[in-house]
Amino acid sequence: MAQLFDIAFLSGLIGATMRMATPIIYATLGEILAERAGVLNLGIEGIMLMGAMTGFLVTFSSGSLWLGVVAAAGVGMLLGLLMAFLSVHLGLSQHVSGLGITLFATGLAMFVYRLHFGSPTVPPIIHPFSQISLPFFSGIPLIGPGLFTQYSLTYFAWLLIPALSILLYKTNIGLKIRTVGENPVVADTVGVNVLLTRTLCLVVGGAFMGIGGAFLTLAHQNMFLIDVIGGRGWVAIAMVIFGNWDPFKGALGALIFGFLDGLQLRLQGLGIAVSFHIFLMIPYLLTIVALISVSRKASIPAALLKPYRREEKGG
Amino acid sequence: MIETQQPMVRMSSVTKHFLDVTANDKVDFILYPGEICSLLGENGAGKTTLMNILFGYYACDEGEIFIKGEKARLSSPKDAIARGVGMIRQHFALVPTQTVLENIVIGTHSGRSIFLDLKTARRKLLDLGKRFGLEVAPDAPVWTLSVGEQQKVEILKALYRDVDILIMDEPTAVLAPAETDDLFSTLKFLVREGRSVVFISHKLNEVMDISDRIVVLRAGRVVAKRQTRETTARELANLMVGRELNGNVSKKPFEPGPPVLEIQNLDVRNDRKLAAVNNLSLIVRQKEILGMAGISGNGQRELSEVLFGMRNPVQGVIKINNTPLRFGHPSSAIGLNMGRIPEDRMGTGLLMDLSVEENMILESHSCVDFQTYGLTRSKKINQYTDELIRAYNISTAGRDAVTKSLSGGNLQKVMLARELAGNPAIIIAVQPTRGLDVGAMEYVHQRLLQETERGAGILLISEDLDEVFSLSDRIAVIYEGKIMGEALAENASREQIGLWMSGVSQ
Amino acid sequence: MIRLRIAKRKPLPPWARVIIPVMAIVVTLILSAIPILLAGGQLWRSYFYLFYGALGTRFNLLETFVKGSPLILTGLAVAFAFRAKFWNIGAEGQLLAGALMATVLGVHLGGVPRPFALPIIITAGFLAGGVWAVIPAVLKTKLNVDDVVSTLLLNYVMWHIMGALLFGPLQQPGSSWPRSAAIVEAARYPMLLPRSRFHMGIIISFIAVFIIWIINNKTTFGYRSKAVGVNIRAAHFGGINTTAVIVWTALISGGLAALAGVGELCAIQYRLIMDISPGYGYTGIVIAMLGNLHPVGVLFSALFFSVIIVGAQTMSRMTGVPTYIAEVIQGMALMVMLVFLLFTEYRIRVMRK
Repeated sequence: MAQLFDIAFLSGLIGATMRMATPIIYATLGEILAERAGVLNLGIEGIMLMGAMTGFLVTFSSGSLWLGVVAAAGVGMLLGLLMAFLSVHLGLSQHVSGLGITLFATGLAMFVYRLHFGSPTVPPIIHPFSQISLPFFSGIPLIGPGLFTQYSLTYFAWLLIPALSILLYKTNIGLKIRTVGENPVVADTVGVNVLLTRTLCLVVGGAFMGIGGAFLTLAHQNMFLIDVIGGRGWVAIAMVIFGNWDPFKGALGALIFGFLDGLQLRLQGLGIAVSFHIFLMIPYLLTIVALISVSRKASIPAALLKPYRREEKGG
Repeated sequence: MIETQQPMVRMSSVTKHFLDVTANDKVDFILYPGEICSLLGENGAGKTTLMNILFGYYACDEGEIFIKGEKARLSSPKDAIARGVGMIRQHFALVPTQTVLENIVIGTHSGRSIFLDLKTARRKLLDLGKRFGLEVAPDAPVWTLSVGEQQKVEILKALYRDVDILIMDEPTAVLAPAETDDLFSTLKFLVREGRSVVFISHKLNEVMDISDRIVVLRAGRVVAKRQTRETTARELANLMVGRELNGNVSKKPFEPGPPVLEIQNLDVRNDRKLAAVNNLSLIVRQKEILGMAGISGNGQRELSEVLFGMRNPVQGVIKINNTPLRFGHPSSAIGLNMGRIPEDRMGTGLLMDLSVEENMILESHSCVDFQTYGLTRSKKINQYTDELIRAYNISTAGRDAVTKSLSGGNLQKVMLARELAGNPAIIIAVQPTRGLDVGAMEYVHQRLLQETERGAGILLISEDLDEVFSLSDRIAVIYEGKIMGEALAENASREQIGLWMSGVSQ
Repeated sequence: MIRLRIAKRKPLPPWARVIIPVMAIVVTLILSAIPILLAGGQLWRSYFYLFYGALGTRFNLLETFVKGSPLILTGLAVAFAFRAKFWNIGAEGQLLAGALMATVLGVHLGGVPRPFALPIIITAGFLAGGVWAVIPAVLKTKLNVDDVVSTLLLNYVMWHIMGALLFGPLQQPGSSWPRSAAIVEAARYPMLLPRSRFHMGIIISFIAVFIIWIINNKTTFGYRSKAVGVNIRAAHFGGINTTAVIVWTALISGGLAALAGVGELCAIQYRLIMDISPGYGYTGIVIAMLGNLHPVGVLFSALFFSVIIVGAQTMSRMTGVPTYIAEVIQGMALMVMLVFLLFTEYRIRVMRK
């Protein structure tokens, strides 16, 4: 029991929390952007997988890690665009469009991977990102070594959180996005292009999701496995709700999840027989509770899930 | 005086058609600077349509619009706003979760800066607020504001964009009396500096109170223009409702029976939690038709929803043949043999994507004739439906035809067939002939009269005064959730009814 | 400037409703040529092995039914729910609930003879899935919680419940893997045809298609369910207890998905493992959409998917095209179907300004 409070243990846990949370932070931020504009993007799990695979593939072929990240973002943008075409421009059900994309993207990822690599007995690997220790900060006692020795993608995620917050709350574009998600008719009346706004949010959000997926194959691990995403996309959907559609709160939710994930691994290592599955259930249960309380309030972007068609108004 | 200056707005020979309805028929409308002009008329008279055209929301089919002397081609509200025209509707165009400032500022930035310049905006807003007496906290989320305050935000939104022609559509419908006074002083302030206001309303008292000029519309045409000081409420009421009486159906003399429907002290709130029905009581007897006249928006919808079981009142009792109605349960109304013809045929009354037959049995699908142990007895149902189609002369490809393929008149026939098949004791008919052609209208009227001969009582809620006058034995007028007055149809004058409808009690 | 405007169209005649899914399948197969060619497979050879691998031999054909059975059930589950506009994305979790219940009973019903054991397991499994679906239904009707997200989240909760149990009380003694002990003989579905895996569950799924068809078209409950799905406000106006309809619909939907889980456990795996379902619950959604929410449509879509899945294995062996083309084709089928469905409701008008 005393081992739990060992500094090394805690330090390792803090570092792990941040690491495990990173892909979810990216995914959550991407989904927040989409949902704030009024689109529920259930394609997230598939987009992350395509990002993971594409990043890995491009890095493997080119030898450049950052090229892989860019490629992953690009693929995410394309899939975001597809989602926009189906659900925003054609006005198809957002639920079904998103699930269709997850299905399609999942299949496509596996297909392309197999096409390129076949089924070797030893899975191909790449040389992943190394963690970087921030010079001054990692010296801070207790939390320093864990918190400030991370991958650059993680540091980038840290910057992305306040950036998205500023974008949403302090810029003109952000106000437009939020209005489109709350009341597209009002937005339309003042001259905001509803369809374009939603499309852009889906595209940029898709880029984030792709990067989140690539983190798992280019930093956290160094190979691609079929279940590499492991449901983190759905966790992100939950964290968006848990965080009340706010970037900081959503990231907090991701951190909680990362913490629980990291904790259960370490507890296993210490031989403590607490079922990690029970741990991992907690974020989902918390989200259901959050969902119930949210449905009572009006925090949910009011126009979420409704396609916007400026029909010919008659009589 | 005002009239010698160049008009702010001149709409000339404006015509607008919707499918087969002419909403505006060669309407000429002039608005001078510094005046409040009221557009008066019943529902469907064309007031809102005309202003929607001025606001760029609709395009007119014929006619021209001049704003401040320049010919205007408006393809969207953005164009109208750019020319200084703003419109505030009954349902505010505000985002409740955002702050006052955010609601006002949206879409106004020059495009050069990325960041929201709330500082400048806030200063401008506070200035405007002080100038016009519209003090609102800029950082308050809109949902925390009262309705009156939200309306102020809407006005500020327009002023912020340098609107000098303000259109207000039934602005007092949602306000408490004190807030109405507030609004009126604000409007007087606004026009003092040369701005103009168009005040759309059906409330005579208010119109007389606030406006300089009044334009009366009826059935899409301008029927009168008056200076407010040169006319009376009586004259306006007459102009609004007209003098023609279309008595094409006649009711046989009868002895009314005992009461079938009793409403006692009914209080109902609307979706905005405001009082919509206010201590309302009325009685309908067997064989009688009580016609409830009134401009829509005065509580009819909430009243009918309570009767149908779709809304819970705050308090009150409703009895059908002396048995209390269980609120909030449509099955209770059905069980008490109420025939219900809702206003919204397609959205509330019918399952448009299903077949005629499936609509016919909506309320009766569980009855013993039509099912055994939960398995439907198709033959019986087929027979039933075919009989009704024949009896009501419903023009359709067959009982399996999908309901949305039927014309308006036939849709209403399906509704009637379904609701009247059980020989209801009381029939609640809300706007039963809206949107129907003359032939279909006559059919509905004849059917309703037949029902009274059988012994039913009917509560007819309608905005169509001709209909109310021709069918009813007694007429009650609803205004702001109360019964303004009741009269026997043969004794009532249109003028009296018109006055009651406009809120003038005498 | 040309603008595209989407406008409502007149309703299509009934025969169109049958043609549309068929056309969607044909278009999908044509589009599948792209990934096949990219994979370097010869087009006709690939198509041939795709269909041969699923239908060419007796064993293959029977395997197609084996693989199709859980898809039929989850497809029915989703279609039945969607028809009432209960967006059940939780078929996967409900399937696991059924498998879990079947495991718990199947491991412990040692002394009970098969004619008793199986009905008990099937009923209990059905109810387990039903309850798992009723929870989000109640949340929807009473608390206005979005059913898509709640059913989705419950998938993961059930998955973790299963994991906790498989690493705990249900774990096979002596094993360090998350797997249960094998279920007793009496709990296993009988095999119906020799030299194959054609089992009783397949018959159950066909019977389910029939029963759901009866419910939908011949019962008052089916009528109410349809009305609620078409226009809940009008259904409420007509006196229908919409809450009860949604809850019962959820129960049946969850139960059907659970039967898929029971089948996988009692006929294929004989013990509970984490990977008992390769996403049947999610594929069921696609199948339901493809089948236009109609039981017979679901039957044919499920078999179509099954053909693709089974055939892809053989095609992969013979032509080198990766087996994952099956998922690609499934995803494409959904999107093609969606687009076609759109055009049954709307058409594109080209407007010149």
